[in-house]
Amino acid sequence: MDTVMADSPATKLNIKPSKLKTDVAVKLVNVNKWYGEFHVLRDINLAVKGGEKIVICGPSGSGKSTMIRCVNRLEEHQQGQIVVDGVELTNDLKKIDEVRREVGMVFQHFNLFPHLTVLENCTLAPLWVRKIPKKQAEEIAMHYLTRVKIPQQALKYPGQLSGGQQQRVAIARALCMAPKIMLFDEPTSALDPEMVKEVLDTMVGLAEEGMTMLVVTHEMGFARQVADRVIFMDAGQIIEMNTPNEFFSHPQHERTKLFLSQILH
Amino acid sequence: MTMAEGDLAVAELTFVRGAMLDSKPPPASMRGTVGWLRENLLSSPFNIALTIIIALLLAWIIPDLLKFLIFDAVWTGADRDACLEGVQHRTIGACWPFVWERWPYFVYGSYPGPERWRVDLFFVMLAVGVVWLLWLRAPRRDFGAIYFFIVLPISAFILLTGWRAIGLEPVDTVLWGGILVTIVVSWVGIVVSLPIGILLALGRRSHMPAVRLFSVTFIEFVRGVPLVTVLFMASVMLPLFVPEQYSPDKLLRALVGIALFASAYMAEVVRAGLQAIPKGQFEGAMAVGLPYSKMMRLIILPQALKITIPNIVNTYIGLFKDTTLVFIVGIFDFLHTVDVSRIDPKWATPVTSTTGYAVAAIFYLIFCYAMSRYARATEARLAHSDKR
Repeated sequence: MDTVMADSPATKLNIKPSKLKTDVAVKLVNVNKWYGEFHVLRDINLAVKGGEKIVICGPSGSGKSTMIRCVNRLEEHQQGQIVVDGVELTNDLKKIDEVRREVGMVFQHFNLFPHLTVLENCTLAPLWVRKIPKKQAEEIAMHYLTRVKIPQQALKYPGQLSGGQQQRVAIARALCMAPKIMLFDEPTSALDPEMVKEVLDTMVGLAEEGMTMLVVTHEMGFARQVADRVIFMDAGQIIEMNTPNEFFSHPQHERTKLFLSQILH
Repeated sequence: MTMAEGDLAVAELTFVRGAMLDSKPPPASMRGTVGWLRENLLSSPFNIALTIIIALLLAWIIPDLLKFLIFDAVWTGADRDACLEGVQHRTIGACWPFVWERWPYFVYGSYPGPERWRVDLFFVMLAVGVVWLLWLRAPRRDFGAIYFFIVLPISAFILLTGWRAIGLEPVDTVLWGGILVTIVVSWVGIVVSLPIGILLALGRRSHMPAVRLFSVTFIEFVRGVPLVTVLFMASVMLPLFVPEQYSPDKLLRALVGIALFASAYMAEVVRAGLQAIPKGQFEGAMAVGLPYSKMMRLIILPQALKITIPNIVNTYIGLFKDTTLVFIVGIFDFLHTVDVSRIDPKWATPVTSTTGYAVAAIFYLIFCYAMSRYARATEARLAHSDKR
C-alpha cells in the first residue's frame, strides 16, 4: 500500500484524512427509534473514540444497520441524543448536511450513480459540496482510486465493473470527501465469494491508517484482525460489547453464544 | 480417455478437461441476409403468418396510395375545373393545384402579406435553436440553451406581435394561423410543460403537506377535465367574468390552457420515473453530503428523466396533435386552415377534402416521426451506462 501511495502523483497533493474536532467521534445516548409500532432501537448507548474501529454484528432485524444509519441521519431517531464530532443531530438541515460532509458511508448494494463514470462518481461531492476546483477534485479522486487499486477503470461506468470493484469505487467515493468517520453497512454481503477479500483488504488498509470506523459485518476474521471492540445486537438493543479476543473466546450472554455457534462453524 | 473431449464424459464418472475449447463463429444460418430473414420474419409459424399478412396488407394499400398521391394526381391548374372528373375523362387523384394555391394560407393563416417575412424569420430562428439544442456536437450548447429558452421567446414575441418603436407593425393574434399557430402553441407547450411538470412531480412527493396538496389538487383537477373544456372555459367563460380591457388575448389564453394541461400529464410521467429510482440512489447521494436540490438535479432527475424519455416524447407527440383542438375556440391552427380551405367553392371537387387531409396527415406524420426518431437516438445514446 505504501509503495502504491509513493508512486501516485497525488502524494504531492498532501491529502490527509481530516482530524476530528473532539475526542469522541460518535456518541449515542439513550437512543430510541420506532418504525410505526415496532421498537427498532432500544436505549442504545455508545461512545466511539477517535480512531476506534467498532464491528457490529447480530441477526437480521436486530437494528444494527438502523443504528449506523442513524449516525448520518439516513434514519431519524425519535428519542435520545446522537452527537457526531460535537454536532448534535436534530431536525436542523444545516447540522445534518454538516455531519454528512464529515461522515462517509459504504452500502451493501454500493449505491454508485450508474449514469456517471467512476471518476465522476468520485468527484461529484467534492465538486458540488466542498466546491473544490475540478482539476484538483480529479487528482484527489485518482489518488483514492489508485489506493483501492482500480485507477485504470476511472472512465468506465459502474455497470461495467464487477461487484468487488464497484464496492471499492464506493469506498474511494466516500474517501474523496476526506471524511473523519466511515460507516460500513454490510459492505461484503452482496458480493460474490471471490470478491470479498479485495474489499476487506481495502478496509484493513483504511483501518491501519487510523480511520474511525463503524462496521456492520458478519466477517468475523475482519473483526478479529481490525476491531477494537465488537458489539453484538439483538432485538434492537446492545447485548454484549467486548474486545474481539474476549468476545469470541468468552462470550458472556446466552444469546451471543448461540449466535456465535451458528455463524462460526 | 477414449472419447472425444466434447462428449463431456457422459458415460464416465470422472472427467478432467485437457485442452480449453476455443470460441467458434456461429453457423452460417445465423449470419447475413438469410440469417436476418430467418430471425426476424420467419422464425416461427406465427411469425411466418404475420409476415405474409403484413406483406398482403402493404400490397393492397401502397399501390392505391401511390396512385392517388402521384400517378393519378393533377399537378397544375387554376381552379376546380382542373380536378373535375368530367372534364379530364379519367380517374382523378390528389388535386395538388389546390394545395399550391392555398399553401401560404396553410403556413401563415391571415397574417398580413407584407409582414410574412417576420414569420419566416421566426421559423428560421426556431430551427436554429432546435438544431443547436438537439445536435449534441454543436459548438457552445450552453449558449444554445440561453438562446432557446431566453433570447428566442422574447425576440419571437416581439417579432410576431410587432413593436412600433422598432418599425414592426403590430399584428393582432386573431390574424395568426396555419403552421405558425401550430408551431407556436406546441413549442410553448413543449418548453413550458417539462419544467412545470418536474416541479409538480417533486411537489407531489414532497414531505410538506401544503406543497403536496397543491400539486395533487392541480394535477388531478387538470387531468380530470377534457382539454376542450379547459380551452372553452379559457376563451368563453373568462371574458364573462373579467372586463374586456383586462381580458388577455385569445391565443394567449389557449396557450396557457394547453401548457398547464400538458404540465399535469408531464408531472405524472416524471413521477413515474422518480418512483422507479431505487432508494439506494437517494441514500448514496445523501450520504456523500448532497443537499436535496443538488441530489435531485445531479443524481435523481437525470436518471428518472432518462427512463421516462419514451413517455415524455409520447406526451409531446400527443400535445403536438392536441394543438388542433384550439380550433374549437376559433383559432386557426394548421388543420383548421386546411378544413376551411377545402370547402372553398373555388376548389370544390370530390377530391379536394381528401387532398387537404392527406397534406395534414403528411405534415403531422413528419413532425411526430421526427420526434420519435430523435427520442430513440437519445435513448440509445444514454443506454451506455446500462451496459453490463
